[in-house]
Amino acid sequence: MKNIIFTYRKTIGLLVVVSTLLISCERELSDDAVLATFPTTGEVFTDAPVGLTDQFFESFDPATGANTEGFGTDDNVAYQGNSSIRIDVPSPNDANGSYIGGIFTDRGAGRNLTGYDALTFWAKGSTTAVVGQIGFGTDFVENRYAASIRNVELSTDWRKYIIPIPDPSKLTQEKGMFIFSAGTESTNGMGYTFWLDEIRFEKLGTIGQVRPAMFDGEENFELSFIGTSAPIPSNSVTFNLATGENVKVNAEPSYFDWTSSNPSVVGISDLGVTEVIGSGEATITATMAGVEAEGSLRIEVLGEFEAAPTPPARDPNDVISIFSDAYAFTPVDYYNGFFTPDGQTTQGGADIFINGEVTISYTDLNFVGIGTFNTVSPINANDMTHFHVDINVREAIQPGDFITIQLLNNVGGLESSGTYTITGDQLLSQEWASFDIALDDFGLAARNQLGLIFFISDATISDIYVDNIYYYRE
Amino acid sequence: MIKINKYNMSKNSYLAMSLLLVMICVIYSCNTDETQTVTNFTEITMADEFDVDGAPNPDIWNFDIGTGQNGWGNNELQYYTSRPENVVVQNGILIITAREEQFEGSSYTSARLLTKGKFEQKYGRWEARIRLPYGKGIWPAFWLLGDDKNGIEIWPEIGEIDVMEYLGDEPTKVFGTVHGPGYSAGESITKSYELEGDRFDTGFHIFGIEWGPGYINFYVDDVLYNQITPEDVTGRWVFDDRFYIILNIAVGGSLPGAPNAETVFPQTMLVDYVRVYEMNN
Repeated sequence: MKNIIFTYRKTIGLLVVVSTLLISCERELSDDAVLATFPTTGEVFTDAPVGLTDQFFESFDPATGANTEGFGTDDNVAYQGNSSIRIDVPSPNDANGSYIGGIFTDRGAGRNLTGYDALTFWAKGSTTAVVGQIGFGTDFVENRYAASIRNVELSTDWRKYIIPIPDPSKLTQEKGMFIFSAGTESTNGMGYTFWLDEIRFEKLGTIGQVRPAMFDGEENFELSFIGTSAPIPSNSVTFNLATGENVKVNAEPSYFDWTSSNPSVVGISDLGVTEVIGSGEATITATMAGVEAEGSLRIEVLGEFEAAPTPPARDPNDVISIFSDAYAFTPVDYYNGFFTPDGQTTQGGADIFINGEVTISYTDLNFVGIGTFNTVSPINANDMTHFHVDINVREAIQPGDFITIQLLNNVGGLESSGTYTITGDQLLSQEWASFDIALDDFGLAARNQLGLIFFISDATISDIYVDNIYYYRE
Repeated sequence: MIKINKYNMSKNSYLAMSLLLVMICVIYSCNTDETQTVTNFTEITMADEFDVDGAPNPDIWNFDIGTGQNGWGNNELQYYTSRPENVVVQNGILIITAREEQFEGSSYTSARLLTKGKFEQKYGRWEARIRLPYGKGIWPAFWLLGDDKNGIEIWPEIGEIDVMEYLGDEPTKVFGTVHGPGYSAGESITKSYELEGDRFDTGFHIFGIEWGPGYINFYVDDVLYNQITPEDVTGRWVFDDRFYIILNIAVGGSLPGAPNAETVFPQTMLVDYVRVYEMNN
């Protein structure tokens, strides 16, 4: 016997029918003004771009090495339909650029994506490479709601990828439909191709367990000064997918709601930028869509910032300034090369801005390079006699601590280098120490094309301020 | 005789299902002259709505404590306790919490409640409204075991009905299973049910069976997804006896595998209610 009746469900079912009818009536009668809203189109690319700009692909700046030639569509390959996006990832010495990346933006004023919970797409590679970054929310204007996943593993067959939207309620008018960036780090410099298809925002419903994290999800502590302003870095949110897999999405601060425990000491903007306004202590925390973010930033404000000593006035011909408010700057590639694949842990750069003056802050220092060889001219210091730097160690100095300064000449060519080591007893904790080092003491074979200045502590010293880096002659 | 075997209905189309049920009822109405049993499960015989904060009602619930034999027969990793850290009633909800902590030689603690000797019943509708935990190695269940006749019968002779089992690394799937002589463990009779466009760890869902002579129907919310009858089992039908309820979260073990670095602890299973109805013909 298998005959069973579910009477209780019949009742519920009829109730549902009745209430549905009632709701329908309600809807018809309701004649509220329709809110002005932006299109809710979810499709980004199916067999062709959907509602994107005529330009379709907007490359990163070729000056950064972005290759604008490797992007196109492929009518011979498709996950569905008859066309896909084809991306040829160049080798690092490709004349057209050493990596490829860029964005797609909405051709209108932006889309309302609040009804979706993820960007999804299908991808496959010519080889099992790793794509550096894929996401959305970057429009090359504000990039306010940029969100992306890193190190996306390609398979040689089509695979679906899901990038959850950190907080869809924020995306009421989003122009940044897609971003990708790919190099050949994972293929030892061998170029490869990957295809993208069926890119769209979707409401999956199977994304759960939102776990936001601010500042690496750790309890951070910083000493700071009145007038300091800095963004909260390394914010993300982790979701669990239907597959059981956790996906970490890097998310801009605007997805979070920020709180300062003591706004009279440290304020924080909607953009996640702290502003130190008084002495004392404050802790910054955040929530995303009502969920408390892991991590915090406790800031102890020591009062007014003690700026580095102002260097003496000099004839401009006697100075080549790398970083100083006292002299005209020489252009540089960067104040932190982030040589992460080489084991660099150092964070920070020229990011302490106080009263219109800027100071370099490095944290988690093991080594860090200031580059003048990639997009700018190397420094010819043949006529200079000395190297100057001011250093303020932001922690207690232990026996054995050191900072070695290394200068590299002719980077990538007939490279030569020299070093000078400043020992711990020459440095000061929480105070500035000035160093004027004769260039002859670096033991350089040549100094006509200086391309990199390294500060190396091998993690004996983690946090430093640096200012007034320049070459000069006596 | 009309025989309805499987109800493959989409949860999404609730309206469609309602209409279908209406149609079924209509069909039955047309056939009332024929010999036919109409079964209802309307009389509540046991309900715990978890309305009193504190320890679970001792008139209904016992606890299994410790690690059992070989991790309760499955190489499970948790130590079961009855501490409020692992089991407590709060705000109308029974909260079973699996924790990662060193306790009596185990690396995890959790709780397992059972109604053995306090509430047992043959047949009926058994259901619970539960929000499940998630993560690799997390293995919650709402299940029934047959009375062992004071130790005369042993598993799998006593019979086991797993109303709901779930693995934390498959958050959209549950499965319903029966175990008996000749069809236990890896040979058990089982079927899984996957939620479309939703998952089990972000909201409450109702897990239930309707069990009568010669059949056990498994449902989730308003979807009947399986029926198991004596024809489906590869051994003796042992489900004409009194059974009791077990609610637990296991951690690790042969089926889910161990938790991994990404498993978040603590994990909670929230039970809004457990209700049992008897079968009346």
